[in-house]
Amino acid sequence: MKQYLSFFRIRFVGGLQYRAAALAGIVTQFAWGFLSVLMYKAFYESNPDAFPMEFSQLSTYIWLQQAFLALFMPWLFEQDIFDSIVSGNVAYELCRPCDIYNMWFARNAAIRLSNTVLRCMPILLVAAFLPAPFKMTLPAGWLNAALFIVSMVLGFLVQVSISLVIYISAFYTVSAQGIKMLSITLTEFLSGAVIPIPFFPEAVQKVFNVLPFASVQNTPFLIYVGYTGGVQAGIAIALQVAWLIVLFAAGRLLVRRAMKKVVVQGG
Amino acid sequence: MRLYFKYVAIIIKSQMQYKASFFMTVAGQFLVSFSAFFGVYFMFDRFNEVEGFSFAEVLICFSTVLLAFSLSECFFRGFDTFPKLIRSGSLDRLLLRPRSVILQVLTSTIEFSRVGRFLQAVIMLCIAIPTCGVTWTFAKVMTLLLMVIGGMAVYCALFILYAGISFFTIEGLEFMNVFTDGTREFGKYPLSIYGKGVLSFFTYVIPIALFQYYPFLYLIGRTDNAWYAFLPLIGIVFILPCYAFFAFGLSRYKSTGS
Repeated sequence: MKQYLSFFRIRFVGGLQYRAAALAGIVTQFAWGFLSVLMYKAFYESNPDAFPMEFSQLSTYIWLQQAFLALFMPWLFEQDIFDSIVSGNVAYELCRPCDIYNMWFARNAAIRLSNTVLRCMPILLVAAFLPAPFKMTLPAGWLNAALFIVSMVLGFLVQVSISLVIYISAFYTVSAQGIKMLSITLTEFLSGAVIPIPFFPEAVQKVFNVLPFASVQNTPFLIYVGYTGGVQAGIAIALQVAWLIVLFAAGRLLVRRAMKKVVVQGG
Repeated sequence: MRLYFKYVAIIIKSQMQYKASFFMTVAGQFLVSFSAFFGVYFMFDRFNEVEGFSFAEVLICFSTVLLAFSLSECFFRGFDTFPKLIRSGSLDRLLLRPRSVILQVLTSTIEFSRVGRFLQAVIMLCIAIPTCGVTWTFAKVMTLLLMVIGGMAVYCALFILYAGISFFTIEGLEFMNVFTDGTREFGKYPLSIYGKGVLSFFTYVIPIALFQYYPFLYLIGRTDNAWYAFLPLIGIVFILPCYAFFAFGLSRYKSTGS
């Protein structure tokens, strides 16, 4: 366990060094969130009855999304890992006396966390002081706040395990470019990063909600704004746990199978 | 010009060496833009219209922006790697050659894999053109053409501006992405839906609305003012200050020495 914590710490501290990049990112994400909110506002004004939630809930959802972007963004991969699989350098990693799955898990999680630590506070602060329907509001209640925290942690872990499955698939395909792009697109669309899941038609929502991608950012954010609560929130969290176990097991299984027949590229 | 085509031929040849990777990237790009398309589709499925614009009308807007962006990105994205050229000192090598810097930067990379995004835009346009209810007279076709050309020019100007800024900052500015990737993303809807402030910003500061919004109004018959159709031409003029800025940066250029 200690060794994985050190991997985590190295990446985490390393990630904290890029403060100028974080500042630029904050400004960009803020502009992005601002335009998104305005866009939904236009739709809201055209047809308020069709809006699936309160407008203030939507604003809060968007700001949460921007503030915690790094935690859940599907395109955060370490190119090093793909490169090492293609070049064969991964052999050195395999020689280490530690489990490769846990090591990569710790690294991916650390990068996401350090990016988020640098970026989330300023965005949340500014968003909280915007005028009324556009601003970031407090959680819907104490229970929602508590469930939100649990669900955030789970969603974060689900996202990391999805990323890990993509890393490992590179053992099987060598060039991970295609699968990477496909996974990014699918995750983004199905997790509600393009448009939040409640905006899809009912039938589509039902399908999306049981897929693992809905367990990433959709579940915690909707709990925060009070769109899901009570029993529903409990079910959603249980689903997160189930997907986390499945994806974690799948990742480990894929690693084990890859290790058995891996042919390290020469050179 | 002949030299430019020679460079282009070389780049095509080199990119075709990795065929599988090339086609996979093209397919990926194609799918990526499709998710944006479905995002718009499902929004209209729920709301039917936004500020009186119908789905087909918004598609026209979306596809012209995407078309302009993908063409511009394909040919001018060499400027995107410009900060890297400066940091690594490779720019010094370009300066030593007896050809214009712009030409060499342009031809340093041409991303033909962007064709995926381009195809997506063409498909959307094919859906939108017959369904949007515009009677396609010669004037309207010309308007659409001007919109795409004007858009290409504005994006090209933005790429040049980005390169120009990097003379002073050495590294790329992520914030510029709001104007390039951001306007591609949010330009799928007519800019007026974001409110007056945003519209005037993108009219007078960064002239996106000049090719995306005003000629679009004329195209779908919201206004009879035919002058709106010529506004993309002003967008082309936007290249001049951006180029001047780039030239100013170049004249002040000191090598990073690495």
